[in-house]
Amino acid sequence: MSDLSAYEQTQDGGFGDYVQLLKPRVMSLVVFTAMVGLIVAPVSVHPFVAFTAILFIALGGGASGALNMWYDADIDRVMRRTRGRPIPAGRVSEGEALGFGLALSAISVVMLGLAANWFAALFLAFTIFFYAVVYTMWLKRSTPQNIVIGGAAGAFPPMIGWAVATGGVSVESVLMFLLVFMWTPPHFWALALFMKDDYSNAGVPMLTVTHGRRVTRRHIFVYTLLLAPCALALALSPIGGPVTLAAALVLNALFIRGAYLILRRDEDRAEADRYKAERAFFKLSLAYLFLHFGALLVEASLRPFGLGGW
Amino acid sequence: MAISPEHELHRRRWSRNLGLGLVLAAFVVLVFGLTIVKVSRQDEHGNPPGTEASR
Repeated sequence: MSDLSAYEQTQDGGFGDYVQLLKPRVMSLVVFTAMVGLIVAPVSVHPFVAFTAILFIALGGGASGALNMWYDADIDRVMRRTRGRPIPAGRVSEGEALGFGLALSAISVVMLGLAANWFAALFLAFTIFFYAVVYTMWLKRSTPQNIVIGGAAGAFPPMIGWAVATGGVSVESVLMFLLVFMWTPPHFWALALFMKDDYSNAGVPMLTVTHGRRVTRRHIFVYTLLLAPCALALALSPIGGPVTLAAALVLNALFIRGAYLILRRDEDRAEADRYKAERAFFKLSLAYLFLHFGALLVEASLRPFGLGGW
Repeated sequence: MAISPEHELHRRRWSRNLGLGLVLAAFVVLVFGLTIVKVSRQDEHGNPPGTEASR
């Protein structure tokens, strides 16, 4: 072994590795829902301020992702899907990720406060705390209901967007929260059914591991049924309208049908067609959320022309 | 192992330094833009729009 091969192992992360720490795919959901929350609010915001606010909400979400990757590095090393992440792959050290996450959290909260208002900034700080501490450090490894409660962290961004415009909380923003909150469990459990991750080796009590796949199928169905009234209530709220109501009726009918198909199947049939229904349901769940928030956006953009809304 | 003047490590460091430089430049532009927006929207007493004092 030459001296140079020791040098070989000191891995310096490239720029892309730090971007990957921010979980860009989760960030895209945060950007979209926060943007809709901001635009549909009854108070108008200067476009540049709105842009800055959404940017720092996204950065705060990214910072909590980095903190999550710091804390979960031991799990990520065990699971196949996450082994290539920057920390398990050895491109970024755990200490760097922690420092990166903490620094970006502080920057994003302070900048959101300066750009918009301090209520929204505190809300962002709470969201980061909720995801990094309540979900990652506490719930994820202790209860199979982890993603149910942890889903709240992903559901706060539209409320923060709303708070940027209005400086507070209202029924409409709570309904947007509820939509994402109730949507998260069926979305992730469908993924857990066909991804078959080695959660048990990693010591994460996923519902599929602790209570079995039969119970998970039932849970998906029940949550999908509970989600429908939340979506309809949002469509009937002041920020909803005919477009949202039509979208909610169609999407929830499709979603409940998909969940029912999953409920009716057993593992053998699912294995046989390689989890076709589960994969289809997962794809539908992505479209479900995107189109619901998209419909709210359509409603808001029709409003200046006297159309849209109730 | 051959010693090449441009090791893969240097390429990654360069990408990181360039990225950080661009991010910092963008941050400066952002804060400047935010300042322009905030200052140009306040009234003659320096109050932000929408507050009681600015009405």
